[in-house]
Amino acid sequence: MTLPDINLGGILPALVLCITGVVLMIVGLFLTWQRLAISMAISLAGILVAFAANAPLRLLHESAFSGMVALDPYSWFLNWMILLAAALTVLMSVKYFSDEGLDLYEYFVLLLFASAGMMFMVSGTHLLVIFVGLETLSISIYVLAGCLPANVKSKESALKYLILGGFSSAIFLYGAALLYGTAGSLALADLAKFFHSGTIAPTAKVGMGLLLIGFAFKAAAVPFHMWTPDVYEGAPTPLTGFMAVGVKAAAFAAFVRVFFGALPELQASWSQILWLVAVLTMILGNFAALVQENIKRMLAYSSIAHAGYILVGMVGGGDAGASGVLYYLLAYTFTNLGAFAVVALVGRKGEANNMLDDYRGLARTHPALAVAMSVFIFSLAGIPPTAGFMGKFSIFYAAVKAGHVWLVVIGVLTSAASVFYYFRVLMKMYMEAPEREPAPLQFGAGTVIALVVALVGVLYIGIFPKTYLDLALMSVQPLF
Amino acid sequence: MECNFPLLTFITFVPLVGAALVLFLNRKSQELLRWVAIIFMVIDLIGCLAVYSLFDPTSAAVQLAEKQVWVKSWGISYFLGVDGISLWLVMLTGLFGPICILASWKDITVRVKEFLICMLVMQTGMVGVFLALDLFLFYVFWELMLIPMYLLIGMWGNPARRLYAAIKFVLYTVVGSLLMLVAILVLYYMAGHASGTYTFDLMKLYEFPVPLSAQMLMFLAFFLAFAIKVPMFPFHTWLPDAHTEAPTVGSVILAAVLLKMGTYGFVRFAIPLFPNAALDAAWWIGILALIGIVYGAWVAMVQVDVKRLVAFSSVSHLGFVMLGMFAFTVQGLQGSILQMINHGLSTGALFLIVGMIYERRHTRLIAEFGGISKVMPLYAVFFMIFTLSSIGLPGLNGFVGEFLILLGTFKVAPWYAVIGASGVIFAAVYMLWMFQRVMFGEVTNPKNLPLKDLSVREACVLAPIVVFCVWIGVYPSTFLKPMEPSVKALLSQVEKKKAVVLELDKLGKNQKLSDLSPAISVSGRNLRAEADLTE
Repeated sequence: MTLPDINLGGILPALVLCITGVVLMIVGLFLTWQRLAISMAISLAGILVAFAANAPLRLLHESAFSGMVALDPYSWFLNWMILLAAALTVLMSVKYFSDEGLDLYEYFVLLLFASAGMMFMVSGTHLLVIFVGLETLSISIYVLAGCLPANVKSKESALKYLILGGFSSAIFLYGAALLYGTAGSLALADLAKFFHSGTIAPTAKVGMGLLLIGFAFKAAAVPFHMWTPDVYEGAPTPLTGFMAVGVKAAAFAAFVRVFFGALPELQASWSQILWLVAVLTMILGNFAALVQENIKRMLAYSSIAHAGYILVGMVGGGDAGASGVLYYLLAYTFTNLGAFAVVALVGRKGEANNMLDDYRGLARTHPALAVAMSVFIFSLAGIPPTAGFMGKFSIFYAAVKAGHVWLVVIGVLTSAASVFYYFRVLMKMYMEAPEREPAPLQFGAGTVIALVVALVGVLYIGIFPKTYLDLALMSVQPLF
Repeated sequence: MECNFPLLTFITFVPLVGAALVLFLNRKSQELLRWVAIIFMVIDLIGCLAVYSLFDPTSAAVQLAEKQVWVKSWGISYFLGVDGISLWLVMLTGLFGPICILASWKDITVRVKEFLICMLVMQTGMVGVFLALDLFLFYVFWELMLIPMYLLIGMWGNPARRLYAAIKFVLYTVVGSLLMLVAILVLYYMAGHASGTYTFDLMKLYEFPVPLSAQMLMFLAFFLAFAIKVPMFPFHTWLPDAHTEAPTVGSVILAAVLLKMGTYGFVRFAIPLFPNAALDAAWWIGILALIGIVYGAWVAMVQVDVKRLVAFSSVSHLGFVMLGMFAFTVQGLQGSILQMINHGLSTGALFLIVGMIYERRHTRLIAEFGGISKVMPLYAVFFMIFTLSSIGLPGLNGFVGEFLILLGTFKVAPWYAVIGASGVIFAAVYMLWMFQRVMFGEVTNPKNLPLKDLSVREACVLAPIVVFCVWIGVYPSTFLKPMEPSVKALLSQVEKKKAVVLELDKLGKNQKLSDLSPAISVSGRNLRAEADLTE
């Protein structure tokens, strides 16, 4: 019997997160003083170490654990994006939970485990590893979504996500089983080889379709989006930001790796399905967002719409499409986490102020915060010179390059519709006056740092996108 | 003299520096904020004058060009340059910068800081739009402009309907410009595919003969974006709302500069990039322009609100600009560009005039006034000059532009010119009738008796515009000469490119748009695209 090669160094970033999580779990038990702040410090330290441990992956082109995990720039790029999202979420969570009066150090533990799950998902080159990552991530998030004890909506959110998420995981697994039945392997490389050489059996296509549903569910693409608005509304606000950004990024990253890497021979089939899904997602997401009065629900529908744009990049295909997806995810990470940081701040204790009307007059009372929110709004709406614009541009470019001009036309028209609801926030902040003077906002240091990082990120990669576009392009090379 | 100083970058970004400075000043000291803003605007104007002094009027080439690589892998560059077509529009923008700050001195008293930042950012956007010679850069400036204007209408507008007007303005503009973005991408990809170098450089894209089959669709996408901005009939409905609800300065900027971005877009992008489609479309664009001229004038006639009247007169005047442009003659095009400037001067000034009386009386209804010339003689003089300039009285600027346009149009399409000329008559009707009701007769409304005449500040706002109105009217060569080489070059380029495209089309060597639409086998096409990249 031969032992499989074990290369712990390769999965070090995820390992570091897991270890930090375990340490925090134990330390947390004995903490009596400043529990949240110390938990945050430990989590951030873990994330920083993971960040350092991740750096070498950039130059590698290897696989570890008998081809189960890829050590390549693609994993590197997504790992640091996930770490970035985790760090920003941790920063803005402290203020939120101390306002709520919850000493939940477990929150940070689960957040770290979820991030580790995401990292396995993006670097897995074997459907089982991807599935295990997916489940680690999902189970952590199920618990996190329901962590507000006094809030019914939070409970509803967790239960809904759990049940529907369970379904989607089962569907994913069934798809993987069908592929295994056809090709005799779950490794992406073997699958690619098998489909390249032989004819494609109908079971393979069904398997592919089921995988697609599993990913589409996590990415919140229509028609598998039903859970999104309710879950996003009920979950604690910083976590909503993390879900919209991190879970989506991990889902899309694995989606791209599996479909571009293992199933390119089936592209004719899945590209058409994705075309339709993209169109439906963009239309439904944007038009449903038009009528929302709760900002978290609005951002939930907006995140559905953004999933649609990312799908446009996938339909575009090629390295332009894949790198466009990566760049878009990065831009979306900064933008959306920034926006959710503002939502968490304005929401105040108990999420009492999550309606659009609560933003009335924000420009008068907190001009700097209003400017920051405006920048995030512009980025979400895709107005230059923000990261969101460059992201949309790169996605649409990939689609035009592949000849999907009409898909892009639909994309830009829905994007024009989105301007209406995004600008409503602007309108509330700058042009309307509140009915009564709201209580002043309490800023926490962590939230302010998160906001500044997000703001600088949105503007920097929007105005000087060159480095990040090149990095994204380099990162997707291992897929082709 | 070779000048290494990046003058164009300077005039583009000086206002933005001013905005950054204003951002860090105390909002309580409003006077200081205003002075800072106006100083930066004046510096910008001086920069524009320096551009004029360095500009060589005998050359058709792009001058004072600055080029830096921005995103190399996509062929995006930071490329600014000025030629005879954009020169006067830049000057116009520079001129209206300080005027607008000065005009708003007493008008805008709440949230002055935000207001000044909006004005300064907008100045950057507007100058940038006229100078950008890279399609991507142009698009960035074009969209950048949108936000301050939206805030301007929405924050300082007329409380009743400002939100509606602001979002209407944004949605109209965005729909057009996003479709233009698709066309830009398609053009970029087609040209790159054919020539091997992917670039957004306008000068390089000019040289690419866009296949006949694809031209019309792409032209239409550009057309929509620019026609909304101009605005041409039937895309004009946002304009009266935006003008009526916007604060005075917002209307002035909108009329003087923003609308010109649409007409400029046609001359700079839509026509030279897609000459065949533009020539094919000339007949119906001409008809739309005529409808705009006549319809705008008729609707203006029945308005009860002076500002709305001036807004509809804009629709009519811009019809002339479009008519001259799509005549494709030297006179027509020159007249068209000159008329852009004229309209900016006279309509901008009329909005200032209306704003001044509105500040005093808080109404703009014609019926409320009458006999104002008796109580405000200086005001009456200015109002008369701008009214006459708007009508196109010989000796003032409007006449020269309209005359050239009608002359240029008559050469190729006499009936268009005949109908267009009727717009001049209608203009006289609605403007003079309005003027008569507001200014002449006895003072019937006692509220108008205590009105004060113009202050020194207000006279200073209007005086420079009068100078240019008379200058253009009496000696237009100053303005026509620098644009002549560029206009001629543009027309010959259009002719040449048109012939090349037709030639290529005959040979059947051309790429078809169908090459770009999804083929049956997706993977096969992707492989081909990749193969092209490796070549």
